[in-house]
Amino acid sequence: MQTVVSQTSPPKKSVLYDPKVRGVFYQALLVVVVTYLFYVATTNAIENLQRAKIASGFGFLDVTAGFDISQTLFQFSAAGSTYGEAFLIGLLNTLLVSAIGIVFATILGFTIGIARLSSNWVVAKVAMVYVEVLRNIPLLVQLLFWYIAVLGSLPHPRNSYEFGAGFYLNARGLFMPRPLYASDAWLIAAAFLVGLVGTFIYRRWAWRRQEQTGEQAPVGLVSLGLILGLPVATWLVLTLAGANPIGVEMPERGTFNLTGGMQILPEFVALLLGLSTYTAAFIAEVVRAGILAVSRGQTEAAGSLGLTPGQTLRLVVIPQAMRVIIPPLTSQYLNLTKNSSLAVAIGYPDLVQVFMGTVLNQTGQAIEVIVITMGVYLTISLITSYFMNIYNRRVAIVER
Amino acid sequence: MSTAVDSPHFVRANQVEALPPPNLTRGPIAWARENLFSGPFNTLLTLVVLYLLYVSIPPLVEFLFIDAVWTGTGREACRAETAGREVGACWAFIWDKINYFTYGSYPADERWRVDTFFVLLAIGVVWLLWLRAPRRDLGAIYFFWLFPVASYIVLTGGNADFGAGFWTGFLIFGALLIGLFTLIAALLKTSIRPALLIGGGIVAVIGITLALVDFDWGLQNVPTSLWGGILVTLLVATVGIVFSLPFGVLLALGRRSKLPIVRMASVIFIEFVRGVPLITVLIMANTMLPLFLPGDITVDRLLRPLIGTAFFASAYMAEVVRGGLQAIPKGQYEGAMSLGLSYPQMMVFIVLPQALRIVIPGIVNTFIGLFKDTSLVAIVGIFDLIKTIEASRIDPEWAAPTISYTGYAFAAFFYFIFCWSMSRYSLGVERRLAAGQKR
Repeated sequence: MQTVVSQTSPPKKSVLYDPKVRGVFYQALLVVVVTYLFYVATTNAIENLQRAKIASGFGFLDVTAGFDISQTLFQFSAAGSTYGEAFLIGLLNTLLVSAIGIVFATILGFTIGIARLSSNWVVAKVAMVYVEVLRNIPLLVQLLFWYIAVLGSLPHPRNSYEFGAGFYLNARGLFMPRPLYASDAWLIAAAFLVGLVGTFIYRRWAWRRQEQTGEQAPVGLVSLGLILGLPVATWLVLTLAGANPIGVEMPERGTFNLTGGMQILPEFVALLLGLSTYTAAFIAEVVRAGILAVSRGQTEAAGSLGLTPGQTLRLVVIPQAMRVIIPPLTSQYLNLTKNSSLAVAIGYPDLVQVFMGTVLNQTGQAIEVIVITMGVYLTISLITSYFMNIYNRRVAIVER
Repeated sequence: MSTAVDSPHFVRANQVEALPPPNLTRGPIAWARENLFSGPFNTLLTLVVLYLLYVSIPPLVEFLFIDAVWTGTGREACRAETAGREVGACWAFIWDKINYFTYGSYPADERWRVDTFFVLLAIGVVWLLWLRAPRRDLGAIYFFWLFPVASYIVLTGGNADFGAGFWTGFLIFGALLIGLFTLIAALLKTSIRPALLIGGGIVAVIGITLALVDFDWGLQNVPTSLWGGILVTLLVATVGIVFSLPFGVLLALGRRSKLPIVRMASVIFIEFVRGVPLITVLIMANTMLPLFLPGDITVDRLLRPLIGTAFFASAYMAEVVRGGLQAIPKGQYEGAMSLGLSYPQMMVFIVLPQALRIVIPGIVNTFIGLFKDTSLVAIVGIFDLIKTIEASRIDPEWAAPTISYTGYAFAAFFYFIFCWSMSRYSLGVERRLAAGQKR
């Protein structure tokens, strides 16, 4: 019995050749090196901060800011608001420009991506030139071009371009009528919500019916009617009943400036234009790749089943293309959000400009400010990729 | 045998007249009809696009070429009221400032050194990117060791003047390192020779590098605050690629490692860097690097964004390389292991040569992104091409309405030519690599 065991046991080797021992050794080495670097950096930072008499901790968020911000989504004043509120303003501005930019970039990008595949030679070539030019020039150059070269050459407020209906364009931005909400305006918002919920229910019903009977319901038209029609109808009824739910404040032309109305900063316009045209070029390529990834046989099979070209595109090609398009599309959306930090170059008050710029310079608390700012971007990225993973799992092709 | 089909069916009794031949199937008109005017919608689209082109292209050509001012020495040449005609792009301004845009404030007598750097860079890039170039292994040594050292010496002037104390310390360090390698070899009961060779090699490479930097080449010292323009733009991009490729490969290997702590550290680094905008990394490098170092050490203003971009590019490079590693069939790994190769041998001789080859297009695309991103160093106050243009744009000597447009057009041309040729190259490689797969 014992001889058998001794025969099968491997020949004695040095422990140094054991891959497990080596693995533990390498990892221990890495941990020691990283910990040492971290320790040195921390002690140096503490020493340097003490020498420069810079406070540490997050207490500065409650300190009065003492500077003004040009675009604020909520009340902000230099005298009464804190650094914490400045951070929120910056964050909201970043999210605002990113959200609107994503909408524009998606519309433009899909249009150009489909145009590149058009059988129309001129359209395809123009789309190709657009993509090649915009993709190969740095975003910073494009932003500076829009901001300084295009918007900077707009006239003084006295000579504003007038588009009628209260729209003016001049060097201080785009001026437009500001809606004034009366006390009964909530009814319109409620109608909009009801429309949304109704659309959701109707779509589920239509889908079920199609599963069971094969009959299609006019989902698009009914959705449009519910979402847009209900609020408009409510507004009409209220107006006819004598109430005035939504009034308008027109910008007034003064001697030196326009007063009243709603002002959209030129920085915002430039950033929005730059971001959406630049990202649209990338989205166009994503869309093109996605549509090309749907094999030709799918289109032909749909045609042989008797679907019209429109139905083929809507029911066969696009759902399959979306599976390929969505993941890179999301990373383009993330890129757009990250690229919105270039706002700092043209002075749009986004998170980086307000918080990493002004607040960092005023407080000198570099570590805290940088940790918070990077944390925000990281959180956005991680949340998006989390939802992306869920989506990918749902749409993944189920293989045998 | 009669076929048992009793439904009535149609059989044509007499021959159908042949259709007339299509009057045009070739030639420009047929082409236009098929590609531009194949239906009412297409016709409308073509007309709209043609109108848009008519509105946008002629003014652009007029501005860039026909009305452009090509020669002149000051703002008079580029102002409509003094020039006495419509004035488009003011290329005379670019021509006047071209030295500033290329070299920044680098002393005029020493600019040949910057030119030398450009030439050295071009040699390295061509050697590595030209797939049929001779001895590309030597090219890699040149690009990742000789070229950076030579560029450093040429641009700064070298002559670091370490002093005798430093060299004594280095000799002790070298002896210790070789001793350590020998000790490990003795513990592992392998032959001492390769350990001595590896240890000696590492000490020799570091020693030669330091000696070259220490040596007085008789070049005047040029501080980095004087560097600028295209020099800095190319420098940031070059440092990014030279550093990010090896570091990115290491990170990618770490991410695919079986050791959990190594893998976790790589994942955290890569995902962290990819989750934040470059500008925050640059600001971090600018403000936090001096904090983390002992108070008496100052980091060069130009070095900080260089470190930031290098780390940033590494994370993106790591993801590209990981894609290549994943594309290598498992059989290659297993084959290497069954031959008894160690992990470094397997990676260096079997896996990485194949993996890096298939991700050349991805590497080039990352490099295009990096090249465009170098413009961001202007925001943290480094005088790259953008910043020199921004500075010259407001020069009163050249105060004219079209100067800004001209400056940005120049920057756009510069970046476009570089990025576009790189993307053409990567497309070409992609096609070449795909050719082997097609049967």
